[in-house]
Amino acid sequence: MALLTVRGLTTRFATDRGTVRAVDNVSFDLEEGEVLGLVGESGSGKSVTALSIMRLVSEPPGQVRAEQLSFDGLDLMRLSEAEVREIRGARMAMVFQDPMRSLNPVLTVGRQLTEVLRRHADLDRRAARRRAIELLETVGIPNAERRLGAYPHQFSGGMRQRVMIAIALSCNPRLLIADEATTALDVTIQAQIVDLVKRLTRERGTAVIWISHDLGVIAGLCDRVNVMYAGRIVESGPIRELFHRPSHGYTLGLLGSTPRVDGSQARRLSPIEGLPPNLIDPMPLCPFLPRCRVSVAACRERAPQRRAFGDRHWAACFADISP
Amino acid sequence: MTSLLQVEDLHVHFAAQGATVKAVDGVSFAVARGRTLGLVGESGCGKSTTGYGILQLVRPTAGRVLYRDVDLCSLGGEALRRMRRKLQIIFQDSHASLNPRMPIGELVGEALDIHGLARGAARNARVRELLGLVGLAGHLIERYPHELSGGQAQRVAICRALAVEPELIVCDEAVSALDVSIQAQIVNLLQDLQERLGLAYIFISHDLSVVRHVSDEVAVMYLGKIVEMAAKERIYTVPAHPYTKALMSAVPVPDPDVEATRRRILLAGDLPNPANPPSGCRFRTRCPIAVPACADVDPPPQALGGGHWAKCIRLEERL
Repeated sequence: MALLTVRGLTTRFATDRGTVRAVDNVSFDLEEGEVLGLVGESGSGKSVTALSIMRLVSEPPGQVRAEQLSFDGLDLMRLSEAEVREIRGARMAMVFQDPMRSLNPVLTVGRQLTEVLRRHADLDRRAARRRAIELLETVGIPNAERRLGAYPHQFSGGMRQRVMIAIALSCNPRLLIADEATTALDVTIQAQIVDLVKRLTRERGTAVIWISHDLGVIAGLCDRVNVMYAGRIVESGPIRELFHRPSHGYTLGLLGSTPRVDGSQARRLSPIEGLPPNLIDPMPLCPFLPRCRVSVAACRERAPQRRAFGDRHWAACFADISP
Repeated sequence: MTSLLQVEDLHVHFAAQGATVKAVDGVSFAVARGRTLGLVGESGCGKSTTGYGILQLVRPTAGRVLYRDVDLCSLGGEALRRMRRKLQIIFQDSHASLNPRMPIGELVGEALDIHGLARGAARNARVRELLGLVGLAGHLIERYPHELSGGQAQRVAICRALAVEPELIVCDEAVSALDVSIQAQIVNLLQDLQERLGLAYIFISHDLSVVRHVSDEVAVMYLGKIVEMAAKERIYTVPAHPYTKALMSAVPVPDPDVEATRRRILLAGDLPNPANPPSGCRFRTRCPIAVPACADVDPPPQALGGGHWAKCIRLEERL
C-alpha cells in the first residue's frame, strides 16, 4: 500500500471575481521512502496541492474535496482538526521557502525545537534539550549547544533553513514536504541543503514531496516527478523517463525554456509563448492548448485523457512527442 | 576591438554602523559595443553595486568609469543626465520601478519627453513603434502597470530603456524573478534587440545558466572583487579559481544522468561579514585548498592566456 494516496483532489478558492480552481482533480500515489518532485510555474497549483494534503487550507475561503486522501492508513479527509494537528509535525512535516516566516522571531531556536519534541515525542525538558542538540548537529550547525539560545535573526538564511529541517525531521516523520525550500538560497548554499535533505531522508527512509520550479534540483534529487500546469498534473513519470522522453507539450516547453550551465542546448531558447490561463474560466480542453507548439486536431475537440508511455509514465496529451 | 565602456579600479564603499563596507573593492573590466559581459556571484558579492556605480546611481569612492573616454565619475548635473541617455538599467522587479498611476503609453512617452526626443504625433508613433519592438500589442498603451503580468512589465521596462536609444544596458537580475517559460521569452528578446540595435549589456545575475546563455565574457565576483574573468566558453569549460569551480559545480543541471555523475564541491560555511572581510584572499575561509600563505596577500591576477585570468596563488592545485 502506498504511503500517500491522492485521488481527485480539487481545491477551490472563492474570490470576488469568481471561483479559482487552484487544484483540479489531482491524483497520485507516493510510496514509502520515495522522493517525488512537483514541478511547475507560479500558479500551477504545486503549493496548494501540498497545503491541501497537509490540511492547511483554510475553509472558507478555500474548499478542499477529494475522492480519497489517505496517508499512512489514515483518511485525512475525515480527521478532525485536532487529530490532524497530532499528525502534522510528527508523522508529516513541511519546510517552506522562507524560514523567517515559519520560525517565531521572539523565541530561541532551542525553544522552538524542544516545543515540537515535547509535544509530539513526549520527551521531558532535559531529554528534549539533548535531542535538540543532536538534531542541530545532524543538520550541520556548528556549536549546536550554544546556538540553542540564539534567535532566528542571528542565523544566516542557509542556517535558518537547516534549523527548519531539524524541526521538520525532529519526530522522524514518514513524509517530508519541502516547498521551494532552497529557492531563496544562494546556489552554493542550496547545494549544501539539497545534499543534507538527500542524505537524511535516505538514511531514515523518509518519503519526500519536493516542490520546485527548478528542473535542475528536481533532476538531481527525485525518483519520480509530477509536472503541473493550471492546477492539473499534465505528466508524471520516473525521473529519467520524464527528462529524456517528455510526452506532454508543456514538459517539452519547460525543458526548451531552461538554459543549462553545462551548455548542451540550442544557442537560442525555445520559450513557451503567451501566458498561463486564469483559473476562473472553465477549461473544457487541454489548459495548455493556447500556448502549445505540438498540438494536433484532437486537442481542439476534446480534453486529453491519461496516456501511458511506459512503466508509471503517463501524460495527458494527444501529441506524439518523443519517439 | 575598442571598448565602449571601461571600468578602472572601481571602488564603492559604504559607511555602516561605524564600519566601512567595501561593497566594490577594485573592480576593472571593459565592455565592447554589441557585446555582453556577465557579472555573476552570490548575494552580497557587489555585482549590483558595481552596476549602480557604473551608472553613478551610487557615486564610486574611487576609480574611473570611462564611457567613450569620458569619465562618468567626473560628471554631474546636466552633463551626467545627457550621458545617462546612452547608459540605461533594467531591474529585477519592474512592477516596482513603474509608476502605478501612469498608463503604459505615458511611461514610455515620459522617457522621450525627458530627453526631448519626440513631440506630438511623432511621439505617439514612436511609442507604438517602441512597444512593437519589445513585442507588446498597441492596445496596452492605455493599460496601467498593475494590469500587466511580470513578463509584460519587464517588456515595458526594456521599452523605456530603449526609448532613449542607449548603447549599453545594465540588466540587474532582469529575468531572475520570472517563470522559466517567460524568462526564456525575455532572454530571446534581449538577444534579438542586441542583434538589431548593436546594444552592449552588462548582465548581472546569480543564475549561472542564464549567464552562460547570454554572455560573451564572464566575470565572477566574491566579496567585492572579481576573482576570475574570461571568455564565456573558457570560464565554463576550464574554470580556474576554486570559487568559480565550486560555484559551477553547485548549479544543478536539468538532466538526471548528468546529475547522477556530477561531483559537487561543497563549500563549508557562509559568506563572511563584508564589513570585516578576511585578510589576503577573501575566499580563503571557505576555500577547500587554502594554505596559510593565502592570508598574507591579496593574490594578483594570474594570466591564463586568451584574456583569461584568476586571482589565486593555488591555481595549480587540484580540488
